[in-house]
Amino acid sequence: MDEQYNTTDAGRAPVTAPVIEPGYTFGTVTEKISAIVLTRPASNGWFIGFGVAFLLTQMMLFAIAYLFLKGIGIWGDTIPIGWGFAIVNFVWWIGIGHAGTLISAILLLLRQSWRNSINRFAEAMTLFAVACAGIFPAIHVGRPWLAYWLFPIPNTMGVWPQFRSPLMWDVFAVSTYATISALFWFIGLIPDLGTLRDRTDNKALKIIYGMFSMGWRGSARHWHRYETAYLLLAGLATPLVLSVHTVVSFDFAIGIVPGWHTTIFPPYFVAGAIYSGFAMVLMLAIPIRKIYGLEDFITERHLQNSAKVMLATGLIVAYGYGIEAFMGWYSGDRYDAFTLWNRLHGPYAVPYYMLLACNIFIPQTLWIRKLRTSPVGLFIISGVILVGMWLERFIIVVVSLSRDFLTSSWGMYYPTRWDWMTYIGTIGMFLAAMFLFLRILPAISIFEMRTLLPEAEVKE
Amino acid sequence: MKRDPIYGMMAEFDSPQALIDAAKYTHEAGYQKIDAYSPFPIEGLAEEIGFHHDEVPLVVLIGGIVGGLTGYLMQYWMSAVDYPINVGGKPYHSWPAFIVITFEMTILFAGISAVFGMLALNGLPMPYHPVFNVPRFALASKDRFFLIVFSSDKKYDASGTRKFLEGLAPRSVSEVPS
Repeated sequence: MDEQYNTTDAGRAPVTAPVIEPGYTFGTVTEKISAIVLTRPASNGWFIGFGVAFLLTQMMLFAIAYLFLKGIGIWGDTIPIGWGFAIVNFVWWIGIGHAGTLISAILLLLRQSWRNSINRFAEAMTLFAVACAGIFPAIHVGRPWLAYWLFPIPNTMGVWPQFRSPLMWDVFAVSTYATISALFWFIGLIPDLGTLRDRTDNKALKIIYGMFSMGWRGSARHWHRYETAYLLLAGLATPLVLSVHTVVSFDFAIGIVPGWHTTIFPPYFVAGAIYSGFAMVLMLAIPIRKIYGLEDFITERHLQNSAKVMLATGLIVAYGYGIEAFMGWYSGDRYDAFTLWNRLHGPYAVPYYMLLACNIFIPQTLWIRKLRTSPVGLFIISGVILVGMWLERFIIVVVSLSRDFLTSSWGMYYPTRWDWMTYIGTIGMFLAAMFLFLRILPAISIFEMRTLLPEAEVKE
Repeated sequence: MKRDPIYGMMAEFDSPQALIDAAKYTHEAGYQKIDAYSPFPIEGLAEEIGFHHDEVPLVVLIGGIVGGLTGYLMQYWMSAVDYPINVGGKPYHSWPAFIVITFEMTILFAGISAVFGMLALNGLPMPYHPVFNVPRFALASKDRFFLIVFSSDKKYDASGTRKFLEGLAPRSVSEVPS
């Protein structure tokens, strides 16, 4: 078995690269990861990257401030397309977050130990992506200072939210998701914060890391409860993450608009979410492992596996598109049939063909092993997939609304500069948060990496 | 109650296997109040030091049940009792529409219970703890493994316990001031 899997004949890469390169000990793993935070000086590249991301964040804040002054009219949203960029971006960001939970929770339950080196920053990615997503519905409500009406808070009017609406379900799903993701990330960090506390020589840092580590001392009783809690949380996060994008898809599927009203939406939204999320994981992991010299921890195996997940979820997404097209014909519903025709020949045909290229055709190159192990190739394909998934949400939201039942209520949607500034600004905010995270917290889970080493094995 | 000036006797080991063996001998030798510290979770170690009852699952179960009930009853009370509004002729108590939020609230409460229940049962956050008085204990979060016999143990006596721990071939043995 082993020989078969490790042959390197004819210039072929080994079929399974190790999860962690051999030769590391508990001590060297600890030093290597904590050194990024504690001793490595911030490079010029970091300052430039963070600076650009920070400026983009300021641009977003400026666009939002102007929005609060002027109102939604500065955006491209009109009737009939009342849901423009805000909802497209909301769904896109929430979807990206899903890969983090998939890696940290579902792969934990499936005992995929290779997740241990990418779960930490994937969870951070989830958190920041959900933060970006949360901005959009909040500023889209028109009177954002009243956005708290979405929550069942007692008020002087005596009315309560409308719990029969999927939009209300979304509020609960997304806020639960944000809370659980933050908790999951935090308890994963506690033992590593203890490590940083014990490693740093800086007195102030010692106190700060000590506070956040809650005085963690690695007692066997604590570890036992900790592992139980972590596993249970993974078990809870698994149905949660599937429910979140399901509920997001209900926002559309429960409406009667042609192109929205379909039962395939929940599974196909969830698969699409994981698809785009893994693309973002790779777009982050590939530069991080290169810049911080973490190729021994984030190995070819991780890149390969992520590529395979993208290939599989991409095919599910392709199946979803196929079923949508098939149902357009098979249902005999003339509005559904028109939706399909309109996508192929209507005013938004170009984005639709781009979507098919980005999400279905170009990613098929991932069948080639050489590409699955090439960081540059994967980086580019991941970028293509992220664009494709954004276009998918654009097609679903905008194209469906632009051509509904009555020709008299047809319209076109043109995003304004404020739409673009807000969208690109959230990418800046996401990256700025990632840049800070890399410098402040261990980007790879140190204690989970220790458990992967051969010397961690015990027999009873 | 006056605090014992000595918290316990601590031995340092090189590997998880050495720690788990030492914990086993110490427990079998009749020491009841012991603890082990490691930089990562070691399967079976908690059992070796005599820890068998993990209450976290019960806390999470209760949290989940409370969350589910809260979610459902909140929607029922708000939609059907406190301010019933006729929406498209749907019944006030339209239970299928309430399932999603009930589910989300179950997960939310169960998840919060898991995290805060675990921390509370572990007695965290704890800003001061005597084990940190041993300078070498800083390695417990890196690559060393520690076993402690608490001075509150019935069998504890400074020289006897030290001798016993030294017999387990540790790297070092030190007294832990409290």
